[in-house]
Amino acid sequence: MSEPILRLEGIGKAFGPVQVLDDISLSVMPGEVIGILGENGAGKSTLLKIISGIYTPTVGTIYLNGQIFSALDPITARFHGVAMIPQEFNLIPTLRVYENVFLGQEVRRNGFLDHADMRKRTQELLSSLEVNLDPRLPIAQLSVAQKQMVEVARVLANDARIVILDEPTTVLTDREVAVLFRVVRALVAKGVTILFISHKLKEVKDLCDRLLILRDGKQVELCETKALNEEDMARKMVGRELSQIYPDKPPLDVTGAPPALQVRGLSLKGKLTDINLEVRRGEVLGLAGLVGAGRTEIAETIMGLRRKASGEILIDGQTVDIRSPNEAHAHGLAYLSEDRQGKGLILSFNVMQNITALSLKRYVRGFIQHRAERRRAEHYQQRLAIKASNLAAPVSLLSGGNQQKVYFSKLLDIDPDILILDEPTRGIDISAKQQIYRLIRDLTEQNKAVIVISSELEEVIGMADRVLVIREGRIAVELNGDDINEEQIMLYAAGARQHANCERVGDYDGTIA
Amino acid sequence: MAQLPNTKSMGGVARQGMRRLPLNATILAPLVALILLFVVSSIASEYFLNTRNISNVLRQVSYTGIIAIGMTFVIIAGGIDLSVGSMVALVGVIILYIINTISDPIQAVLLGMLAAIAAGGLLGLFNGLLVTRGRIAAFVVTLASMSIFRSLALYFTDAAEVSTRNPLFSNVGGGFFLGIPIPVLVFFGLAILAHILLFHTPYGRHVCAVGANAQVARYSGIRVERIVLSTFVIAGICVGLSAIMLTSRLNSVSPSDAGYFYELDAIAAVVIGGTALSGGRGTVWGTVIGALILGIINNMLNLTGVSPYLQGLVKGGVILLAVLLQYKRA
Repeated sequence: MSEPILRLEGIGKAFGPVQVLDDISLSVMPGEVIGILGENGAGKSTLLKIISGIYTPTVGTIYLNGQIFSALDPITARFHGVAMIPQEFNLIPTLRVYENVFLGQEVRRNGFLDHADMRKRTQELLSSLEVNLDPRLPIAQLSVAQKQMVEVARVLANDARIVILDEPTTVLTDREVAVLFRVVRALVAKGVTILFISHKLKEVKDLCDRLLILRDGKQVELCETKALNEEDMARKMVGRELSQIYPDKPPLDVTGAPPALQVRGLSLKGKLTDINLEVRRGEVLGLAGLVGAGRTEIAETIMGLRRKASGEILIDGQTVDIRSPNEAHAHGLAYLSEDRQGKGLILSFNVMQNITALSLKRYVRGFIQHRAERRRAEHYQQRLAIKASNLAAPVSLLSGGNQQKVYFSKLLDIDPDILILDEPTRGIDISAKQQIYRLIRDLTEQNKAVIVISSELEEVIGMADRVLVIREGRIAVELNGDDINEEQIMLYAAGARQHANCERVGDYDGTIA
Repeated sequence: MAQLPNTKSMGGVARQGMRRLPLNATILAPLVALILLFVVSSIASEYFLNTRNISNVLRQVSYTGIIAIGMTFVIIAGGIDLSVGSMVALVGVIILYIINTISDPIQAVLLGMLAAIAAGGLLGLFNGLLVTRGRIAAFVVTLASMSIFRSLALYFTDAAEVSTRNPLFSNVGGGFFLGIPIPVLVFFGLAILAHILLFHTPYGRHVCAVGANAQVARYSGIRVERIVLSTFVIAGICVGLSAIMLTSRLNSVSPSDAGYFYELDAIAAVVIGGTALSGGRGTVWGTVIGALILGIINNMLNLTGVSPYLQGLVKGGVILLAVLLQYKRA
């Protein structure tokens, strides 16, 4: 542990007149885990891209493996053992696990592919990570967490010395995160250096030896993780005092009115069995559970995106038949998908076009009134503090948090009564999260009903008035009041505790319709 | 319903148009290329600027240009239509059969034209249904229908040229209005309509959305299949219009030659015009400019006596150049 494996000195990067990174200096030892913190746009990604050779720094020097570089290119960086596990996985879905692990460095014998050897070595790598996965499975059949393990195995096959993990846990449930952390610790034990980017301060605190905190492209802190608690971290990232992240839960006033949305005996072939739920106006209902438990399927079935096998849906006490998202929108429902880029926004469309995607009819007087669209977009830009220099630029240029705000605006523009929010804060920074939590409470104060689906326990606990835990397509339990805590949710989500029938736990002061 | 826009909002639309349309690289590059080509051509040949020549170039361009406008919709929605060339021949044959069976010349022409539009729309519907309901890739569907349509045209006519003695029909494609050939007027008129449809109506927005990300479109309540289907019908109707212009100009149709390679010219015009082959974005003006560029190149090569065997090489080079420039920008 004498020589640093990576040292950065005075690294800066400017895009035209915009200084995105300024005077970053960092020295990393083999086997160290460095947490890199910062809000969206603080310069984390830029720094990582400089280290992995995608960007050329404007000033500064990089020492890698004892060699001096003024800039790296991707091939040199990879040659020196730098590997990045991106948020969006770079796996080829039609190829098998082992083919992906050895992609670009296939093992050959006599000029032909040695499938047996690659399978065997992939199996070894996966076992060394304590992952139980058949190397012959096609990637398309894997869960998100499994895909991530394949990425890790690929990095190991590359004999990486510096592994960059870019928000690896956003797509994982808490249990899967635990597995990932075990894998990371196994890598560290082999002397691999980890650069870990996450918005989840608790994870950073658990995993990292040292922290680099960036704000507006500048290095505001580089210290031992022990020296800071989570609040200090958040404060340094944001640069101001963060008031409470989650808004207060107002007391529910239970009226005799029927619930805004009621689902009875909903089943979906192979996915959901006998789902019963209701959500009242002014209430946030949390849906917790492991990834793949069926939470998204519940939302998509309600929205008419999936054809239900049985069950009925009532809105304000009236049975409705919803067969398409259009009909759902007409009944005052709106759904925020967990997959912002795949199902939520059209990245090549601009802010205005995305916001009016559901409500376009309102902007048509013979032709689309482009100016009315722009005014509306400006309205949301102000209301939700969307940082976009140009409303006519594609939303792909916006940061994750701002994209999410545009996505929210898209839903709000049809003025829905019932909002189903699937991972509403995935991959966005703390202050954007805080704004979105505030917004959700504003919505319930306007007497709207909100369902929040989240894999972040903290979020469910902080936001939900009631929580349903979903496991294997069934409702495992309903939690109320003080029973909404991590322990209870995990016990039911993982199936450690079961009820013969779905039960209500905790003090619920409302009457059940 | 559609209100008559007052002058103020017309100005608004125009300003909007100026802001969002021409002044970005995607459309500027082909426009600059077109102007350059025009200047070079007028220097290279003294005949180029001749009114008669210009008029001929425009008329020649409009046959494939009309089809290219329909193709623009198909491509923006993420599809492709290879069958348009063969469809021209088949629709052309249908037109002349109908005109030749009706004795009253005026009725014959009117019904013939109606039939052309209907037939084009139906053939487009055939393609579109196979793509949406049959879930077959557009490339494969239209590759097959390209073969089917041409074969039907040949079978119905025994591969012989069909002609008509109708005294009025040739006035449609061969006639002039205000000194401008009618096909050219149809081409530009259609371009204006198509532009409005694409940029000023929800339908056009939906076409772009479907091409950019069909999944997002579906989650936004857009009927993806219906949109895709409709773009093929639009392409078919455009083929119908083009077939009317072409057969009436010649007063005949050759089932083996009519529309031959039109699909490639139409796709080339769309691509040169900056529409992404991957779908999601594009402009009608770009396509019009693309068609004009191809037409002027053809004309210039003819005027300057370049070997006809080399013309394909030049055309191919221009297509590659256009796409290369687009990738450079992206």
